[in-house]
Amino acid sequence: MKKHSIGKILILVLLMLACVTGCAKDNSKITIVGSSALQLLAEQAGNDYRLTHPSSNIVVQGGGSGTGLSQVQVGAVQIGTSDVFAETKKGIDAKKLKDYKVAVVGIVPIVNKGVGVKNVSMKQLRQIFTGKLTNWKQLGGKNVPIIVVNRSKGSGTRDSFEDIVLHKQKAIKSQEQDSNGAVKKIVDTTPGTISYISFPYANGDNIQKLSIDGVKPTNKNITTNKWQLWAYQHMYTKGKPDKKTKAFIKYMLGKKVQHDLVPKIGYLSIDDMKVTRDSDNRVIKVGK
Amino acid sequence: MNDKDKLKEVVDQAIADQQVPHVKLKKMGPSSVDIEKLTKPSKETHQEYWGKGLTYFAIGLIIVLVVSIIGFVGYHGLATFIDNHVNVFHFLTSTDWDPGEGKNHVGAAVMIVTSFAVTLLAALVATPFAVAIALYMTEYSSKKGASFLQSVTELLVGIPSVVYGFLGLTIIIPVIRTLFGGTGFGILAATLVLFVMVLPTITSLTVDSLKAVPSHFRKASMALGATHWQTIYHVVLRVATPRILTAVIFGMARAFGEALAVQMVIGNAVLMPYNLVSPSATLTSQLTSQMGNTVMGTLPNNALWSLALLLLIMSLVFNFLVKLIGKRGQK
Repeated sequence: MKKHSIGKILILVLLMLACVTGCAKDNSKITIVGSSALQLLAEQAGNDYRLTHPSSNIVVQGGGSGTGLSQVQVGAVQIGTSDVFAETKKGIDAKKLKDYKVAVVGIVPIVNKGVGVKNVSMKQLRQIFTGKLTNWKQLGGKNVPIIVVNRSKGSGTRDSFEDIVLHKQKAIKSQEQDSNGAVKKIVDTTPGTISYISFPYANGDNIQKLSIDGVKPTNKNITTNKWQLWAYQHMYTKGKPDKKTKAFIKYMLGKKVQHDLVPKIGYLSIDDMKVTRDSDNRVIKVGK
Repeated sequence: MNDKDKLKEVVDQAIADQQVPHVKLKKMGPSSVDIEKLTKPSKETHQEYWGKGLTYFAIGLIIVLVVSIIGFVGYHGLATFIDNHVNVFHFLTSTDWDPGEGKNHVGAAVMIVTSFAVTLLAALVATPFAVAIALYMTEYSSKKGASFLQSVTELLVGIPSVVYGFLGLTIIIPVIRTLFGGTGFGILAATLVLFVMVLPTITSLTVDSLKAVPSHFRKASMALGATHWQTIYHVVLRVATPRILTAVIFGMARAFGEALAVQMVIGNAVLMPYNLVSPSATLTSQLTSQMGNTVMGTLPNNALWSLALLLLIMSLVFNFLVKLIGKRGQK
């Protein structure tokens, strides 16, 4: 009797394995891996897409921009998502990848309300993150030491922030947190902290959004590049996408997602942008 | 054919000769003895093959798995030194951790120091408590009390590490911040979180070690006129010391490898800690917070694999220590 039950279990396990590997080869599946910032948008878009395309099977995973780019480069997934241009990531051959910009997200410096500062200049911001300014007094605020909370090295938000603010200077070594949520919680509760965060997360009782050079962090200011701290949300495919992947990306760029879902989540639609930016940070007005 | 006939003869003879009738043979009757069945492997033999085969198969699979994990981690971890030409000595002693900048910025000393500091401090704080709880459970409390305490410690083991980290983030960090200033993140917070996490491990293993002390040792001590505490201190603890040390090392191994809870309260700054409340980073916290942001095969990624290799080597060292102390204890 025992022999039989063990044998049966073994066969069952083998069958399950066969099924799992078999399912993975299923061609109708679109796997999207990468940037956690884009995960939410892709998930919701995927769910809506399924309503109109019942045969589709869209799986969305996080893992970070680096994971997204490297997975799509080796062809393990159909779509790799990233907060940064593939050109700026070491070890990625951007020529092999096709870039689809699906949304824009703003980044805003935030401080704990206790510091007494609401506006900084771009230069001051750079000096804070390179460690040259160490007390809020130096910026006209209260006598509180500045505590910098950075994002994890190599994270998309950090790369975008450093590209625009630091101009190749090195940030001081400081605390690092790897998610918007953790950053928000720390700045909300710790006196003297400064960090930066995507627009949709920038709210909290003790959180003060900073203006830069008098420009307020609003979506409208992003569309004209008056507010310079913003980043594209990219979807990358390896070479030309297959039919099903292409259809989904078309849906992502379509009216329903861009005018409905994207603003709902707190991102900006690509259609609203009056400027474009390339991987070398050159900004060009649309239509010129 | 001839052989079979001979065999049949022998069997028939045996049946005729038997004094106490053989149940199975009798049932079959002399003429219906199935020679095929007798000469071929029986059902039980087949079971034997099956059982053995399954065991070997499972063991083989596990061995392959272990070897391939070690091989994989080793291959990628060593790539930093072989392909990227990072100096091993530099890797172990430099505090400059910025692998994206090139091979001269791959120094893991901060993570190594912090990992060890957190581990040792957590074990140092947890051990007295664990021994006290274990002594109470084995020497003083009633059976009911002991089983209650045991289920409590088992409950502590079952709580996921992310919950410990979250509790640390919401309770311990603000308390440290108000008491000592700064951000509250650092070695102290990590120590306190790990203290709760390794306490049950050390406690339950210490209980086992105390229970293993033969009761006639205690009785002999009592007979000599020693008090209960004198017995505990001079006899029970002395005898159990090697196994208690083993328990502590198991606890340290757990603390050393813990990633999530530590990552939430350590602050993740690759800075050499100058006091207990300055933010720092451990090997594990650096791994968890960085792995999604690096690209396979590049130096930053390989450097993370080197950290993983370091962790693997350390856990092997811990295992080795346990074995060593166990052997010493037996002598």
